[in-house]
Amino acid sequence: MTNSSHHSPKSAVLTPSMLSIADSLRRGEFSCQELCRKLLADVEKSKSLNAFLECDPARVLAEAENVDRELKGASKNATDKPLLGVPIGVKDMILTKGIKTTAASKILQNFIPPYDATVIEKLKGAGALVFGKTNLDEFAMGASNEYSAFGVVRNPWNHEMVPGGSSGGSAAVVAAGLCPAALGTDTGGSIRQPAAFTSTVGLKPTYGRVSRYGVVAFASSLDQVGVFTRNVADCAAISQVLFGKDERDATSVDNPVPDLSAELGRDIKGLRVGIPKEYFIAGLDAQVKEAVQAALSILEKQGAKLVEISLPHTELAVATYYIIAPAEASSNLARYDGVRYGTRSAKAGTLEELYSRTRGEGFGLEPKRRILIGSYVLSAGSYDAYYLKAQKCRTLVAKDFTEAFANSCDVIASPTAPTTAFKIGEKSDDPVAMYLNDVFTIPVNLAGLPGISIPCGFSSNRLPIGLQLIGKPFDEAQVLRVASAFESATDWHKQRPPGYQDFGMIGCGRDA
Amino acid sequence: MSQLTRKEIEKLASLSRLNLTEEELVLMTEKLNAIFGYLDVIGSVNVDGVTPMSHVHGAINVLREDVAQPSMPNEELLKIAPDTSGRFIRTPLVIEG
Repeated sequence: MTNSSHHSPKSAVLTPSMLSIADSLRRGEFSCQELCRKLLADVEKSKSLNAFLECDPARVLAEAENVDRELKGASKNATDKPLLGVPIGVKDMILTKGIKTTAASKILQNFIPPYDATVIEKLKGAGALVFGKTNLDEFAMGASNEYSAFGVVRNPWNHEMVPGGSSGGSAAVVAAGLCPAALGTDTGGSIRQPAAFTSTVGLKPTYGRVSRYGVVAFASSLDQVGVFTRNVADCAAISQVLFGKDERDATSVDNPVPDLSAELGRDIKGLRVGIPKEYFIAGLDAQVKEAVQAALSILEKQGAKLVEISLPHTELAVATYYIIAPAEASSNLARYDGVRYGTRSAKAGTLEELYSRTRGEGFGLEPKRRILIGSYVLSAGSYDAYYLKAQKCRTLVAKDFTEAFANSCDVIASPTAPTTAFKIGEKSDDPVAMYLNDVFTIPVNLAGLPGISIPCGFSSNRLPIGLQLIGKPFDEAQVLRVASAFESATDWHKQRPPGYQDFGMIGCGRDA
Repeated sequence: MSQLTRKEIEKLASLSRLNLTEEELVLMTEKLNAIFGYLDVIGSVNVDGVTPMSHVHGAINVLREDVAQPSMPNEELLKIAPDTSGRFIRTPLVIEG
């Protein structure tokens, strides 16, 4: 096995982390308005990324002014508002009061929510401000961001490549330095795969860990909100703000939330890391495999014990997911009928026409495809053969993980995606090829487990590669501990895409 | 699975209240058959005695105290409706009479 020194950087560029920005703001090293002006100028310079659907300078600067007023009275090491003044990118799947929220769909193109999602309330409560709304695949259905009604997002590492999806905009703004952190949603890999494609840290928490109140629903037994950051400590800090039971989301779980930063920096001696043999298969890109194996050796050098494990039902996961997710989507998307909110077809005469024309004109091809698949697998003639069977297969996929954790390992490591970012247009006409890009992330959603993707190298053509770490239910702390141990031995996370090196740089030059 | 015909896709679209253009119908017929060709992977799996999983944590009913709470103001909700009349949302005729 070779290490990846042949494309290791000569000098890693320093980027202010989310926590260092919060710290600098408290110390008065720069004001929130200065910070936001710099970021807004960087946004202006990087319009071609198409990563923001909304980023209104007047709104952002007005909010920054309020923050600056508050900072004047704040204590220098205040912990009641740990994110005071931190600008956050928010996937446009998450409702923001008074700020247009579209789910990247024409059917919601003018929708201005009358309330904030719980995660937005929590971020605001911690002092953060909504910097902008980020682009995504329509209704989070996609793995490349090419299915947005408002155009594809470009990967900051290479503009010919997709950023991954569906949270491609959030991944791109964090990678490019336009925001130190961003919210995403993950139903089958929509945080972790774009994190891998953009060399960012992306965490999908345990199902039920974070409230989905005010989040546009796609597949309710799988959806979870999570974050993108540029390092693991930032990921732990913002997750700490978001985690916890919410009375307004009955699927959120009332499990105690530990101090997520407490485990960071703790060694991993003796920890058993499971390596699923089914994930190192034909179809796994050779350079991805090499980088992930090099990453595993690093964990081993740090004292972790690598154990081969088997997740024998892995090959069922993608098909299972593409029955269950569309079934739930067809039900969730029934609410877009042109009556109470969203767009309404101007051509409708009867109520029936109002429904079908509004939906025909408002939904793009991928949501239409999934609605039809969902309606089919739930119909009387195919329910047993598809939906019920898929639910049983889901049990098998989930049980694989339960047994691995019970018998063999504390955490599981794998590639996040089988390839690096692919070319824009390469898979957009081939839904099955697109779906297969989620082969390593989907099983984690089916089982409801926490999973993180962290930067672990680059291909010879300088495209990022991600390492996925999967934990036991509600054991995000363990996942973060391993991620931070790995991060401390590598500098992949410090590298910046060419052309974006000074983005987000202001005043402080402290290390991410 | 046998191939889905164009007629069946039309039926599904109609049940889903989804207007499709001619071009979309042709495309959907082709792509859906490719997708279902792949989904048939689960057809041959033996799942005898396996319990279907509908929810990760096995939660069934989540109850709360029956306490009245303020709801969103009507005006706020009417503001986002596509067509209103006074304090109502306007639609085409719902019940023929």
